[in-house]
Amino acid sequence: MTYWIGVITVTGIWMIAILGISVLTGFTGLFSMGHAGFIAIGSYVCALVSKTFAAPMWIGIPCGMAGAILVGVLIGIPTLKLKGDYFVIATLGIGEIVKLLIENVPQITGGARGLTDIPRSTTFPLVLIICVLCVVFVRFFLTSKHGRNGIAVREDEVAARAIGINVARQKLIGMAISCGLCGLSGGLLAHYMGYLYPTMFTMAKSNELILTVILGGKGSLTGTILASLILVPLPEFLRTEAAQEWRMVLYGVLVVFVIIFRPSGFMGDRELSIKGIFRFFKNRFGKKAEGGVGK
Amino acid sequence: MFIQQLITGLSIGSVYALMAVGYSLIYSLLNFTNFAHSVCVMVGAYVSYFFLLLVADNILAAALCSLVVAGVLSAIIEKVAYQPLLDKNVNRIYLLIAGLGIQIVGENLVIVLLDGRFHAYPTTFSSIPIKLFGISIGLIDLIILGVSSLALVLVELLIRKTKTGLAIRGAASDLNTTALMGVPVRRLITIVFLLAGLLAGLAGSFTGLKYTAYPSIGSLTTKAFISAVFGGLGSIPGAVIGAFFLGVSETMIAAYVSSSLRDMFSFVLLVVVLVIRPTGLMGKATEEKA
Repeated sequence: MTYWIGVITVTGIWMIAILGISVLTGFTGLFSMGHAGFIAIGSYVCALVSKTFAAPMWIGIPCGMAGAILVGVLIGIPTLKLKGDYFVIATLGIGEIVKLLIENVPQITGGARGLTDIPRSTTFPLVLIICVLCVVFVRFFLTSKHGRNGIAVREDEVAARAIGINVARQKLIGMAISCGLCGLSGGLLAHYMGYLYPTMFTMAKSNELILTVILGGKGSLTGTILASLILVPLPEFLRTEAAQEWRMVLYGVLVVFVIIFRPSGFMGDRELSIKGIFRFFKNRFGKKAEGGVGK
Repeated sequence: MFIQQLITGLSIGSVYALMAVGYSLIYSLLNFTNFAHSVCVMVGAYVSYFFLLLVADNILAAALCSLVVAGVLSAIIEKVAYQPLLDKNVNRIYLLIAGLGIQIVGENLVIVLLDGRFHAYPTTFSSIPIKLFGISIGLIDLIILGVSSLALVLVELLIRKTKTGLAIRGAASDLNTTALMGVPVRRLITIVFLLAGLLAGLAGSFTGLKYTAYPSIGSLTTKAFISAVFGGLGSIPGAVIGAFFLGVSETMIAAYVSSSLRDMFSFVLLVVVLVIRPTGLMGKATEEKA
């Protein structure tokens, strides 16, 4: 039982990061290759603050979030104004730099051997509450003016600019929110695991997170949540080495197929709601019933 | 000592240049980062390894073999994955994602089908040094430098002197207008992918020779991305200059400062360039127009 609670807790922690990436990729149309780097910043800053000053978690985590947001915004300001893949390559660079920096400053970060003895204060109810709060926050953000502006930017930048949206600023807001959520997820992760090591945050991890967003549906909050609920704990069910490797092959193939045949992902830009489910069943099964009436 | 390091740096730079030119060619036409490029590099490295292991101990023949296989693979990837997306005229981000998917499939397929280990090339070739004016230089570096430079010159000639090259230059400046001028753009895109694949295969064979073949060897293409950004995205001369600069400075850092700072240097350079002058040496800032 404790094992499964552990699995659910870790899933919840990663889901917060995936929500962040969903805001960036799904709702602003930006593509990042290095978000594991922002999670790493969040977790290491949080862990170091907690360890050095013996500070409680609720001081460490905001510090980690602030660090992640700061780095994200600093790299976003020059690159988001430009057309082209400058931003993608910049995030790729940041992801690698963070990992290399952690490995090369062993005096502070513990280097490749890892950072240990972080107080394990993340609990399941806490993650659950924060997760729900994050979902509510993202939901409110997306239906706010800024969220709608972001979706307009995703659909057509030129048109968005034409109706007076500051595209670069909109992208920067998306970036800041996504980095903040990644930092939060990192902080929770640090205090849940009790140890950190740099290879937790490789490019492969960034890719895995972004694939989850894409498979769930760019632009669908419920799709993202569903995808992370299914895909994040999946490795726990496939415990053999071979199954793990085939899993990534399958992810890759799935993504290529999804992009070619159903580019908007599993859920598209629709949201799952109770009303929607009722309507779906009504359309599916209601038709047969109505068919007899002779409509 | 310095001359030796310089030659090593130039040879690494020339390999980066091979990857960066292919990347820039595709970027200049279609404006997207082709992540599947790394798959071609990796396949190039493995084809050479198996050629040396099973067929003959001849690195040039192996490189030629890698070149052809990777070129064909690149064209197939374009036909299967990118062409349907280009037909639908989708958002550029979908091309990126498809490329990322292909990269992940390629890398993990090698791990599943072969193994995740490092494979040194079974050749006696790599250790022979030659004496030149009293300094010993690795023959392998000279061959890599020579062959890569030759390939780069050939590509430059192709782009400058032939009709196809003219079409590529036209398409780089405006794809749609070039199509209106009667250039078969779809075939042109396939040709460009083929060309990029050929260069990637050659680069893969040479990196394999230098660093052994392993599944994530394709991630060296990030160095090519950095070179291309340094020189200006989409500019081919810029990519070549950036690649040589990166190769030489990486080698110098590894030799005179610390080898663990080598990668750090490249990525910090990338961020510094992006913050100070994001358009690189030769790039021009463009904004999306309607």
